[in-house]
Amino acid sequence: MSGSAPEIVPGWETVIGLEVHAELATVTKMFSGAPNRFGGEPNTNIDPVSLGLPGTLPVLNGRAVELAIRVGLALNCTVQRSVFARKNYFYPDMPKDFQISQFDLPINGEGWLELADGRRIGIERAHLEEDTGKSTHVGGGGRIHEAGHSLVDYNRAGVPLIEIVGRPDLRGTEDARAYVSELRSILVAIGASDGKMEEGSMRVDCNVSVRPVGQVELGTRCEVKNINSLRSLGRAIEYESRRQVDLLTAGERIEQQTRHWNEDEGRTHKLRSKEEAFDYRYFPEPDLMPVEPSEEWIAEIRAALPLLPRERRHRLAEAAGVETSATSLTVDRGLDDLAMATIHLGADAGRVLVHLENNLADGVGLLTAESFAALIALETGGDLTATQAKTVLASLVAEGGDPAAIASAKGFEAMDSGELEAIVDRIIAEHPDDWAALIAGDDKERKKKSGFFVGEAMKATRGQADGRAVNELLARRSAG
Amino acid sequence: MSARHLAEAVRSGARSARSVLDEHLDAISAREPEIHAFNVVLTEEATAAADEIDRRVAAGEDPGPLAGVPVAVKDNMCTRGIPTTCSSRILEGWIPPYDATVVERLAAAGAVMVGKTNLDEFAMGSSTENSAFGVTRNPLDTTKVPGGSSGGSAAAVAAGFVPLSLGSDTGGSIRQPAALCGVVGVKPTYGAVSRYGLVAFASSLDQIGPFARTVSDAALLLEVISGHDPLDSTSIPEAPADLTSVLDRGVEGMRIGIIEELSGDVLEGIAGDVRARLGEAAAALEAAGATVETTSVPSTVYGLSAYYVIAPAEASSNLARYDGVRFGLRVDAATSGEMHSATRTAGFGDEVKRRIMLGTYALSAGYYDAYYGKSQKVRTLIVDDFARAYGRYDLLLSPTSPTTAFSLGEKTADPMTMYLTDVCTIPSNLAGHPSMSVPFGVGDDGMPVGVQVLAPAMGEPAMFRAAAVLEAAAPPGAAA
Repeated sequence: MSGSAPEIVPGWETVIGLEVHAELATVTKMFSGAPNRFGGEPNTNIDPVSLGLPGTLPVLNGRAVELAIRVGLALNCTVQRSVFARKNYFYPDMPKDFQISQFDLPINGEGWLELADGRRIGIERAHLEEDTGKSTHVGGGGRIHEAGHSLVDYNRAGVPLIEIVGRPDLRGTEDARAYVSELRSILVAIGASDGKMEEGSMRVDCNVSVRPVGQVELGTRCEVKNINSLRSLGRAIEYESRRQVDLLTAGERIEQQTRHWNEDEGRTHKLRSKEEAFDYRYFPEPDLMPVEPSEEWIAEIRAALPLLPRERRHRLAEAAGVETSATSLTVDRGLDDLAMATIHLGADAGRVLVHLENNLADGVGLLTAESFAALIALETGGDLTATQAKTVLASLVAEGGDPAAIASAKGFEAMDSGELEAIVDRIIAEHPDDWAALIAGDDKERKKKSGFFVGEAMKATRGQADGRAVNELLARRSAG
Repeated sequence: MSARHLAEAVRSGARSARSVLDEHLDAISAREPEIHAFNVVLTEEATAAADEIDRRVAAGEDPGPLAGVPVAVKDNMCTRGIPTTCSSRILEGWIPPYDATVVERLAAAGAVMVGKTNLDEFAMGSSTENSAFGVTRNPLDTTKVPGGSSGGSAAAVAAGFVPLSLGSDTGGSIRQPAALCGVVGVKPTYGAVSRYGLVAFASSLDQIGPFARTVSDAALLLEVISGHDPLDSTSIPEAPADLTSVLDRGVEGMRIGIIEELSGDVLEGIAGDVRARLGEAAAALEAAGATVETTSVPSTVYGLSAYYVIAPAEASSNLARYDGVRFGLRVDAATSGEMHSATRTAGFGDEVKRRIMLGTYALSAGYYDAYYGKSQKVRTLIVDDFARAYGRYDLLLSPTSPTTAFSLGEKTADPMTMYLTDVCTIPSNLAGHPSMSVPFGVGDDGMPVGVQVLAPAMGEPAMFRAAAVLEAAAPPGAAA
C-alpha cells in the first residue's frame, strides 16, 4: 500500500521494530495474591512473595495466562506450550535479583498485527513476565549514579506483563505511532490491559536503524528506552534517525547500543554498548511447571473474544461499501455499532460515515440508530439541507426526539429547487466580476470563488440553502 | 520413648506436654554446649506451646497426632517472628513474617517446636562445618562431624534432645547425617512435602524430610508434613499414601537390587566396613522373603558431576536476593552496585561463594550448553536408568555414605573430598525419587553405618516396609 514512507532524512529509510510491555489487567499479581493496583502508598500492595523474601515461591496466576492467550489470539500468534525462565541481573528494584520471564519457549509465537491501512506488521512473539518495582533516586537530578540515596517502591513488583516483540516492519514515525495505537486499541478491546502509557501500564522500547533508500540489508540498530508517550516515540525516532544518518554520512559506523531517551533534552544518550550488555544467564525456572493450555481452553478463549478493531473495520467497510481505511476513525471512536445499525435501517452509508466522522466527535449522546436513520432519510430525500441536518443532529444528540418534528420546530423547510435557481442566478448577475473569475480561473481560483457564491446563497436564504445543491447549480451554469 | 508413645501419652492425659518438654529441655541443657545442635533454643515459646497443648487436652480436645512431641527444625525453614539464619551472616537479624508450610503443619499436629538447628551455610556442605555460627559435633563422638548439611537436626535426634526433627535434602543433606549419627533420615519424593518457606538452595532438588530414632516415628512425621500445598507449584496434587498402616507388612516377594556402581565394585572409596554392613542388610532382606541381587544403574556414577553444575547454577540465582536492599546484612557503600558487592563479600562464607561462582560460570553465555545443558542431559539419563531398574526391582539398595563419620577438620581443606561423601545420595535427588537411610550396625571405629533404601517416585510405602525390616534385623548400634 504505502511502500514509500516519508523519509526523516531525504535519501534514507528508517527501519523500526517495537517492543511493547503492557501490564495485564488482573486483580492480583502474577505469582501471588497481592493486589495488582496502580498508585497507592508506596509498599502497600505487597506480600512475602512479591518482596522475594527467602523461602517464598511463585504460584502462577491463571487469569494472567488467560489474558496472555487473548493477546496471542488477537495478534494472530501461535499459542503454544511455554516454559518460564529466570533472567538474572542485579538491580535494587528487582526483589529476587532475577525476573521471571519466558525465554526460548514463549506462550505466543509468530503472529501479525494489521494497521488501519491494511498493512500487516510481523509479531515475533508475545511472552509473559513479571514487572519490577520502581526506584526513586533522591538528589543528583534523579539519576542513580549521582543520587544521595534511593527509595524503592515494590507496589509494581510482580505485576503481570505481556511483552510484545514486533518485527522491524515499520518505516518512519507515523508507522510507529499507528502500530502502537492499533496495539493499544486491541489490548483495550479484549480487556487485556488498560493501555495507559502515561501511567506506565504500556511501555515502548524502540529499535531504530537507518539505511540508504533502496538498500536491502538492515543497518545496525540501537534500542531506545524510556519512551513514555506517542509524542516521545515520534521525537525519539526522528532524533535517533538523524543521529545515525549523521554518523554514517560522516564516515563513521553505528555501534549497537542501548540508548536512553531524555524527554527534556529531546535527545538520546548511550546507556551501554553491545559488549557491555548484561549476560542474563537465562535458565528454566525450577519453581514453576511448564504452561500447557489445552486446545479446548484456547478454543473457549477464542470464542469469547470480542470483535477486534481490524474485524470491525472490515465489517463496517463491507456494510458501507467503502475502503477499510475510511472506517478507522469511526471504529477508533467506538461508533461502528451505531453505524452498522443505522446502515441496516436503510440509511445512506456515505452520509452515516460523514456525520460520524465530522459531526459526532464529542459523542453521540441520546442519538439512536432509528433517529439517526430518520434524519439521514430526510437529508437524502431533499427535505433537509446538509447544514440543517447537522443542526438537527446536534439536537438529537443533546435531547433526542423525532428529527422531522425538530426540523419543523426549527422552521426548516425544504427549498423548492426552482426558487434556489432563481436566487443563484440573481447572485451571479449581481457579481459579474467574481463570476468571470470563477469561469476563467484555475482549480484553486474556481474553488475559492465557488465558496464565495455558496456563502452569498446562504446569506440570501438565511442558511436554508443546501450547499451541495448550490455547488451543483454553479457547476451547471459555468459549464453551460 | 518414641514420638508415637509420647503423643499417645499426652493425648490420653497420661503425661503432660509440659513434663515431656521439660525432660527434653533438661537433656538439651546437659549436652547442648558440647554438641551445638541448635542456633536457637526456644524455651519460652515451647513452654507456652506445651501449656496450650495441656489446656486443650484438659478441655477434651485432641491436639493432633504429634500432641506435645518436641521437634527441632533446621534453621533454613521460615518461622514467623523467630530469626531464620540459614547459619549465614548475611541473614543475621532477619525475622520472617510468615511460617513455612511444614512449620504450620507441625503446629497443627500438636508438635512443640523447641529450636532451630544448625546447618552448613545455606545447606551447602556435608559436615556442618560451614556454619557461620560454629560447628555441630557428633553426639556419638564429639571429635567427629555429624554430617551435613542438616547436621544440627541429626545430632539433636541422636543426642536425645528431641525425638523428631526436620531437615532438608538437596544432595543427601538428610540421609548422610542420619547415617553418620545413627538415626533414620528420609528424603521424600520431590513434591511430596511443600517447599514453601524453605529457604531455597537448589529448587529442583530441595526436599524437606524427617529425622527420627525409629522408622515408625519417621513415618509418623512424614505423614504430618506431606500433602498438597497450593503455595508450592511443584507440590504433588494427589493425597499422600498412608505409611503407618503398611509398616509391618514385610518384604515377602519384593525384588530388591543392590546398585553395583554405588556399592564398592565401581566407585573407589566405599569403605570395607560399610560394604560389609550393606551385605548383611541384603541378607536380612533376603531372609525376610525378598529376592536380592546386584544390578547396574550405570549413569549414577555421573550424578556427582551433574549435581555440582545444576545445584550451584540454581543456587547462584536463588542466592542473588541477598543484596543488602530489603533484609539481613547491609554493608553500605557509595553505589548500589558496590553495596551489593560489599554486602555479599562480608555476608557469605567461602563454600557459598565457591558455589555461586561455579553456578554463575555454568550459566554464562558460551558455557551454558557445555555445562548446564550437558548436566541436564545426564539428569535425564539417570532418570531413564532408574526407570529401567524399577522395571525389574521394587526397591534399590546402596550405602548411604561411603564411610562412617569422619573427624572434624579432616576434609575441610579439600572441597572435592567433601563433595564425594554425597556420591551415593545424589542420584535420588536428580531423579526426584524418595530414599532413606536406616542405621545398620557400626563400622570398625564403632560409629554407625547407614543403609540407603531407594524407591521410585511415590514409592514411600514399599521403602518404609523394607526400612522396618532392616531396623528389626539391625545389629546393635552405637550408643550416645
